[in-house]
Amino acid sequence: MITRTFDDVFAPPEDHGHADSDTNVMFGFWLYLMSDCILFAALFASYVVYSHSADGGPTGRQLFDLRGTLGETMFLLTSSITCGFAILAMHRRQARQVIGWFVVTFLFGLGFVTMEVSEFLHMVAIGAGPDRSGFLAAFFTLVATHGTHVTVGLIWMLVLMVQVMSKGLTPKVQSRVMRLSMFWHFLDIVWVGVFTVVYLRSMV
Amino acid sequence: MNARKLRYAARALSLCGIFVLSGCSYLPVLAPRGPIGVADKATILTSIALMLIVAIPVFVLTAFVVWRYRASRKATYTPDWSHSGRLEIVVWVVPAIIVVALGGLVWSTTHRISPYKAIASTAKPLPIDVVALDWRWLFIYPDQHIASVNKLVIPAGVPVSFRITSNTVMSSFFIPRLGSQIYAMPGMRTKLHLLADAPGTYVGRNYQFSGAGYASMHFQTIATTPADFATWVQHMRDGHQALDPAVWRQLEKPVRGGPVISYSSVQPGLFDRIINKFMTAKAMPAKPHA
Amino acid sequence: MLGNLTLAAIPYDNPIVMGAVAFTLIGGAVVVGGITWLGKWGYLWSEWLTSVDHKRIGAMYIILALIALLRGFSDAIMMRAQQALAEGAAHGYLPPYHYDQVFTAHGTIMIFFMAMPFLVGLMNIAVPLQIGARDVAFPFLNSVSLWLTAVSFGLVMLSLGVGDFSHAGWTGYPPLSELRFSPGPGVDYWIWAIQLSGLGTLMTGINFVVTIIRMRAPGMTLMRMPVFTWSALCTSALIVLAFPVLTVTLAMLTLDRYLGTHFFTAAGGGDLMMYVNMFWVWGHPEVYILVLPAFGVFSEVVATFSSKRLFGYTAMIYATVSITLLSFIVWMHHFFTMGASATVNSAFSIATMVIGVPTGVKLFTWLFTMYRGRLRFTTPMLWTVGFIVTFTIGGMSGVVLAMPPADFVLHNSEWLIAHFHNMLIPGALFGYFAGYSYWFPKVFGFQLNETWGKRAFWSWLVGFYVAFIPLYVLGLMGMPRRMWHYNNPSWQPWLIVAGFGAVLVLIGILCQLIQLAVSIRDHAKTRDLSGDLWDGRTLEWSIASPPPVYNFARIPVVYDRDAFIDMKQTGTAYVRPDEYFDIHMPRNTGVGFIMGMCTFVFGFAMIWHIWWMAIVGALAIGSCIIARAWDDDVDYYIPAAEVARTEAARFRALASAADAERAVADNFRMRPLPELVD
Repeated sequence: MITRTFDDVFAPPEDHGHADSDTNVMFGFWLYLMSDCILFAALFASYVVYSHSADGGPTGRQLFDLRGTLGETMFLLTSSITCGFAILAMHRRQARQVIGWFVVTFLFGLGFVTMEVSEFLHMVAIGAGPDRSGFLAAFFTLVATHGTHVTVGLIWMLVLMVQVMSKGLTPKVQSRVMRLSMFWHFLDIVWVGVFTVVYLRSMV
Repeated sequence: MNARKLRYAARALSLCGIFVLSGCSYLPVLAPRGPIGVADKATILTSIALMLIVAIPVFVLTAFVVWRYRASRKATYTPDWSHSGRLEIVVWVVPAIIVVALGGLVWSTTHRISPYKAIASTAKPLPIDVVALDWRWLFIYPDQHIASVNKLVIPAGVPVSFRITSNTVMSSFFIPRLGSQIYAMPGMRTKLHLLADAPGTYVGRNYQFSGAGYASMHFQTIATTPADFATWVQHMRDGHQALDPAVWRQLEKPVRGGPVISYSSVQPGLFDRIINKFMTAKAMPAKPHA
Repeated sequence: MLGNLTLAAIPYDNPIVMGAVAFTLIGGAVVVGGITWLGKWGYLWSEWLTSVDHKRIGAMYIILALIALLRGFSDAIMMRAQQALAEGAAHGYLPPYHYDQVFTAHGTIMIFFMAMPFLVGLMNIAVPLQIGARDVAFPFLNSVSLWLTAVSFGLVMLSLGVGDFSHAGWTGYPPLSELRFSPGPGVDYWIWAIQLSGLGTLMTGINFVVTIIRMRAPGMTLMRMPVFTWSALCTSALIVLAFPVLTVTLAMLTLDRYLGTHFFTAAGGGDLMMYVNMFWVWGHPEVYILVLPAFGVFSEVVATFSSKRLFGYTAMIYATVSITLLSFIVWMHHFFTMGASATVNSAFSIATMVIGVPTGVKLFTWLFTMYRGRLRFTTPMLWTVGFIVTFTIGGMSGVVLAMPPADFVLHNSEWLIAHFHNMLIPGALFGYFAGYSYWFPKVFGFQLNETWGKRAFWSWLVGFYVAFIPLYVLGLMGMPRRMWHYNNPSWQPWLIVAGFGAVLVLIGILCQLIQLAVSIRDHAKTRDLSGDLWDGRTLEWSIASPPPVYNFARIPVVYDRDAFIDMKQTGTAYVRPDEYFDIHMPRNTGVGFIMGMCTFVFGFAMIWHIWWMAIVGALAIGSCIIARAWDDDVDYYIPAAEVARTEAARFRALASAADAERAVADNFRMRPLPELVD
């Protein structure tokens, strides 16, 4: 018979096995982003399939305004950088700077969403709405899904700004800020995909 | 048991086998009347036979261990035996070999009887266009310029080359005793090649659920001698009902099953128009982005 | 004001529907009345509805699954009755309008609201206990998942009495499911019920991947994980990878129906083949999502009741993982008849048959586990043996279907129906039933009645064969699926036999209900004091039944695959720790339940186009999330003294169990309970 001591039989009483620990939440959120990746992959795939289904209606080459889209891209890329500055400020534990950088990020994000919505409205106005063809349905669904994510990100950012103000940079708030920044960078990467697959590809 | 009894038993068994496997139209899928159906049936039987190589040991082994090792029998007991390299190789390799064998069979048969592949024959194939309606079948004979609803007449011994589409939702065109079904889809054209070996009447059906009238969506397939087929075509041409746009609009309306209808003539190009109407390109409604 | 909803949506004139509604309402009233009479609303709220305890959530999932099983089976027996009757001049008792809803509801309910909650419930109950954890990684999210699933089933049930359900089949193929061919709210009920429960399922998947990867007890390496936990990990990974595709597919159909887009319409550049492909890109992995946890249960049960180590653990794990991966490259076998090229069809066919190899390996692994064991034929073991034999037949009929030339004549026939029921009833449902009777005593602390359990098993098994073997014959006779009526007298005898089989299954279900009632009545006599009723091999049997809220007073260190057997053999199984510590636990919260209710309102409003209500529902959900984000008081500590008291009671129970053991010979136990170490 093997002889074991108490220490061999029981794990030390560290916080093992308890729920919601910070690393678990980060890992869980990362998994969520992976599942979101698949969601976007499905949307990208259907966009590519439907890109030939304009049904005699307007095509991407006729509709897309690359300059406007380039502007949107710059807004979003810049907002990713400013979001990074917010994180750096958080590591320095400067709550005011965190909020400041988030305000800047928020404005860039808002600018992005505004430009996207106005592009959509314009397309709908000229009769190129999502109900016009399979191609436009896929276009609106892909781009608007990304846009909806950005909008949710903006609301999240507002909530966290209030939390930083009211609660301060507590470990929980910091952890949420980290996840928001992961989310924001993720959306940036997805947008690069959208810009390439949707807009640049239509010009080729 | 003497030899006579044995022979008798063997004969009874083989009779049974014939009944189950081929002899009788009781099981239409296993009583094919054409080369495609024959290949489909052979695939079913071969795969079942090969699968038995795995299934029978499972059944036997289950019965054996369940009987032999039930606790009350106190048979050999090896509580820690949990690994045997040899057994594990067997359980991976044997199924793998079967899959390789089946894979080869699948590859060759699937290519040989692909629905899109014409059937080798000295006779010139007969083209027929099939349209799934709500809930009946329209058969257009493009070369004969005739059409028929819910009745398909084909010459036996002549390959038939079907072009298939749907004027409504997804349906599936299937005549079990001739073999192989294929979907009928709106705005799309699928193909199927079938051949009836001998004259006879075979039921055809929609095999893809398509709404309230789906259960009524069947038709008679009548395979005749080529001479009778020619007579039938002539008879059809002598009719008075033409499939013109007004009649077509009537046909588009939902009917559950409905009677057999014969058309003495059909507008040329109707089949392509049925497909293309789903792609009617409206004019570009607005000017491009400024 | 109320969108498309008017009083005309209630089918007063349909006696069958109204009967079902009345039955449901009476059932609901009995439950509500009973709770009120017993004065248990407060208890129900504080201990169950708001619970974030994985064991309670698991139990609630399984209760949901059993209710859905009753509903889904009612649909099944209605179909069998209709088909037994409706030949030739006879038209049965269901018009196609109703019959089409019944088979759609049957498929939808059995997959999404019976099977999914059942397996998620079993995972909830067993996984944290098997890996030596105190809860899942995200207990609150777990509660949200449960309530999303429950309210989605509520929507399906509501469609009985308000409006109707989809007529387009559980797969909802367009264009039949498009607005033009299905203008009513039925398809919308179907879409929103699946979509909302799918979100819950996705969260469950994430939750369990994190739980299993991150929260195992020290010493439990991946290759020491119990097989059920492995299968739960693979299923959860499949959920995370596959469900987003379903979300997108349904969203596209939703847009077609709500905004007039042309994803899957015939006209306007739509492509219905896209739907079929995307649906099965999710749909085939879904089959393995359903089946793998059942395989896991079988592995646990077969080892436990053979009193033997599982044979070929490594092979089993590799088989499970390869099934997981392969499940993504076979989806096209659901539509060989769509007209793809012979090369594409052959490739998918071969990929499908390759899955048969690891599945075959699993079957032999279970058989070799029983070989030279000491088999105890308890109810869970019977389900397992019944599964092995029956599933093999289903596998054979599946390999036949996997070959395009055979599929061309059997696709969409009754053979297909027989085949997938032959996979999912033994391969999934029998496994869930095995898990249910195996872990029930662990969760509730008393045993399920064995006599009624065995009666249930035999009725189910015989009923299954009588109900489904005729369908194989009918498939060869050329009978398509989903026929509300037919003109072929030679089919009818087989359909009558199949109907009789359904009656046998009904008897099986009644036995299960009686089993539950009898077991509750006798619970004082069948209490499990040792916590190890079956001579278990894994960690869940090392703690009390029912386990304390924190599961493990001290987290055990794991040295072997059969962690608890190892403890029993080394004499460390019932060691009383030298010291207890405060235990950190999540606090119960009603937010999950409230979010579920808001989701119900949102879903209902979307189905009936009541836009203001949908906006209110969506805002309420958002507010719940933000409110939850504000609440930092989400956990608490159980003081060490309280843990010590609970554990002292546990050791007293163990001692009396050991006394009882010595007094009466137990039917199931192979080894005597070891002497307690103090």
